[in-house]
Amino acid sequence: MTAIISEPSAADTTLRPNALVCRLCKTPAEAAPVAICEHCLGPLDPAPDPNRTLPSRETIESRPESIWRYKEWLPFHGDPSLSLDTGFTPLVDAPRLAERLGVARCWIKNDAVSHPTLSFKDRVVATAINAAKAFGLDTIGCASTGNLANAVAAHAARAGMKAWIFIPADLEVGKVIGTQIFAPNLVRIQGTYDDVNRLCSQIADYFGWGIVNVNLRGYYGEGSKTMAFEIAEQLGWRLPTAVVAPMAGGSLVTKLRKGFREFTEAGLVNGTAPRIYGTQALGCAPIVNLVERDLDQIEPVIPNTIARSIAIGNPADGMFAKRAIVETGGSAAGVSEEAIVDGMRLLAKEVGIFTETAGGVTVAGALKLAEQGRFRPDDEVVLCITGNGLKTIEAVTDPKLRPLPEVPVIAPRMKEVKALVEATKP
Amino acid sequence: MPVTLNLPTVLSKLAEGNKTLEADGNTLGEVVSVVATRYPELAPRLRDENGQPYPFVTFYLNDDDIRFNGGFDAAVKDGDEVTIVPAIAGG
Repeated sequence: MTAIISEPSAADTTLRPNALVCRLCKTPAEAAPVAICEHCLGPLDPAPDPNRTLPSRETIESRPESIWRYKEWLPFHGDPSLSLDTGFTPLVDAPRLAERLGVARCWIKNDAVSHPTLSFKDRVVATAINAAKAFGLDTIGCASTGNLANAVAAHAARAGMKAWIFIPADLEVGKVIGTQIFAPNLVRIQGTYDDVNRLCSQIADYFGWGIVNVNLRGYYGEGSKTMAFEIAEQLGWRLPTAVVAPMAGGSLVTKLRKGFREFTEAGLVNGTAPRIYGTQALGCAPIVNLVERDLDQIEPVIPNTIARSIAIGNPADGMFAKRAIVETGGSAAGVSEEAIVDGMRLLAKEVGIFTETAGGVTVAGALKLAEQGRFRPDDEVVLCITGNGLKTIEAVTDPKLRPLPEVPVIAPRMKEVKALVEATKP
Repeated sequence: MPVTLNLPTVLSKLAEGNKTLEADGNTLGEVVSVVATRYPELAPRLRDENGQPYPFVTFYLNDDDIRFNGGFDAAVKDGDEVTIVPAIAGG
């Protein structure tokens, strides 16, 4: 998959992407917008310089609050110039949720308020767009279930780069409008995300654009590790005992594990690696199936769920996600459509965070894991909330699920307010 | 009119630079065998030692993932189009 670099004049000389190495056969490859090993077709990952100087806790703390405060663990030499203010979202204490889960502590890693597009995809696009610029690419793009489309469109707009974005035709209105507003070339495809993804593999190969989750995927994926770095720092330079995250392509759970491991190896944190738990909607649960049935190969499914942002039937990192879960002592949980809406409403009511359907999957998944006895009373659990509820309001208004109640409409009279207040009394 | 195979760049290097190949067969597996014989270096990238597709290489027969349609046993006919895509993408 050799890219055609048409207009290299904009190449950034201050930032150099790291060289690559195959995750499976370990064959090295030059830094390039290529994600597939020529020898075994396995995934290429950026390889850090083992001799680089790592910063202390104090040095990291003195840097601006963004993903780039961990730049030594991101896939570049030098300093980035784009998307410098993404990251460092709040870690929110959730005592009432901890009580429900039967654990000592529970925190929400709240990427529902990520800058600038309200999902964790800002992290991966921030690294991918800097790689694209360094490679002299003037056009970036993606196959997306929505959040990535929002992020690619916004980051490209700010950088003055062209964007080509491909999404399934039936995405939520908020995801479509939240992409279109940034004026990219947006295309709705009649098919599932997996159809869009296959098309984008061909598009990256043919046009040589920087498709962030195809030929820039190695550089893109490393951005996810910053969620783990931030959790460790925000807990006071220590590790939680368990982490629960949603799974789509399966990359996030692998990168959470990698991030915690890298901080441990750097001596920034001590202790046992957190158990990693992955959650999916039962309407699209190929990785849960892998883990629960101990399969050695993904069996793709046709997605059918309201959790469209994680509706990937043929997840590229499925096997690696299974390994991250099993080897850390975690497990996986699939949840029903009703449970997803309940999860969204519960997080809003108990923690004051409005998450999208994928967050509902995470909360419902955590409750299911608790029911299964997966957590211990002394556990300190972090739930990774990856997207914002305003993008998927359809889910909480769908009359077939558990819609929010009608809001009363009254005349501007105290008498009517008093009647309403009286009606709320037990 | 035989079956057409579209190769990604990473595989076309092993087929003398050809991004499009043509081959005959009654099933996708037979078509892959014909191509594997023609380009021995390409053969081990298309199928494993048991003659089955790898998890990291997805075959699409007229835009449909063959894993939903019988894998290499899927019947093919003249004019069909097969697209081979490395699976490491997306998400």
